[in-house]
Amino acid sequence: MDTNKNSYTIIYSIVMVVVVAAVLAFVSLSLKDKQNENISMEKQQYLLASVGLGADANFNEVIKEAIVVDGNGKVINTATSDIAKSEAFNINTAEQTSKIKAMELLPASEQEAARAELRLPVFIADLPDGSQAYIFSAYGAGLWGPIWGWVSLKTDLSTIAGVKFDHSGETPGLGAEIATPWFAGQFPGKEMFVDGEFASISIVKGGAKEGSLNEVDAISGGTITSKALDASIRMWFEAYLPYLKSLQALAATPMPLEGEVVETQEVVENN
Amino acid sequence: MDKSIITNPILKNNPVTVLVLGICSALAVTVKLEPACVMAISVTAVTGFSSLIASLLRNTIPNRIRIIVQLVIVALLVILVDQILKAFAYDVSKQLSVYVGLIITNCIIMGRIEAFALGNKPLPSLIDGLANGAGYGLILIAIAFIRELIGSGTLFGFQIIPESWYMANGGWYLNNGMFIMPPMALIITGCFIWLQRSFQKDEVKK
Repeated sequence: MDTNKNSYTIIYSIVMVVVVAAVLAFVSLSLKDKQNENISMEKQQYLLASVGLGADANFNEVIKEAIVVDGNGKVINTATSDIAKSEAFNINTAEQTSKIKAMELLPASEQEAARAELRLPVFIADLPDGSQAYIFSAYGAGLWGPIWGWVSLKTDLSTIAGVKFDHSGETPGLGAEIATPWFAGQFPGKEMFVDGEFASISIVKGGAKEGSLNEVDAISGGTITSKALDASIRMWFEAYLPYLKSLQALAATPMPLEGEVVETQEVVENN
Repeated sequence: MDKSIITNPILKNNPVTVLVLGICSALAVTVKLEPACVMAISVTAVTGFSSLIASLLRNTIPNRIRIIVQLVIVALLVILVDQILKAFAYDVSKQLSVYVGLIITNCIIMGRIEAFALGNKPLPSLIDGLANGAGYGLILIAIAFIRELIGSGTLFGFQIIPESWYMANGGWYLNNGMFIMPPMALIITGCFIWLQRSFQKDEVKK
């Protein structure tokens, strides 16, 4: 057969592409469940790590509640069982990050509506020592690729209980250090709010000041990743801020939960 | 069958140290032994089977789109490897990150299809592909061995240098962070090339 004919070449490539597509589609479909399970397991371990627990802890016993909130502090939905299948657990934080970024560029009058579009995950963990922690998400662009993590706060909604960060491809030994225990170990005990004002965590090049409430050391040689992480945490917590404030108000005035939630909703509508 | 088809790519004609192919991934995935081993196995599987498939199809491939067909074969196998790693070796696939996908750009694979598989029967092509992959893998594992041992003091994640030697524990030893950085892999690769060429003088004279 003449393999140099145009018709032969075209038919050959069409058949080849169809066969390859079929094989790939089949493999992708048959391995999908297994891959998703891996991704879900990893996320569960990260959430546990962010409250200082190892992989041996039982996810379903620790994480009691998964909440979705919008950027105005309004609770969209709450799940108390099957957390790994809940809406909050499966929120695409990368997508929400671009929404937050787009929102920040809008004029103040449109921010309210844009904030209502956000879907931010919050998890409530019951720790073995009897205390509770709220776990918040963070996501942003590092030097080479995305960086993300979980920041857990104690019930005062300011003191950090623990953090867990990860990255897709930061430089080993430099930016990649954000995933290491020594870096994460600097965070517990730091404050998100200083003198009642939201301050976020500052990752400071050249070292945190002695006795500072909200500063941690940056990674030497990993300046861009450190800055990116600082900005990611700040950006996400600014989105969480109305929710944090409503929880703090709740903690300050011991009132029944439902009344408080209704009140925040009214504020939203009045605006 | 001629034994040199297996031994040549592993020693005398090693794709990394003699032909200097596939260097980029040799720098990227050799910080730790485990990902290096998985990478070695993955590349070996891809070179072997892509050579086999290309050889089986060699009489049907239209000459004008030859390279495209080769690319599609390699890409297919690489995606399969990537999917399988994600399903069954998730931790390692995360460590290898983009480098699994980049196997497709490894010149060894296309090089062997072009140079060998398109002109030979399937069985020798399969063996040639596997042997070249193994030759690449061997160097990869050797580099990773040195880098992990000196850079992190571990092998396969197990501590080899005694903890009590470390300065943090009052000893005198410090891990050499240089070995974690890519330039050191290049230097080690260079040393391997130097070693091999000093033992194989006839190769250099060519």
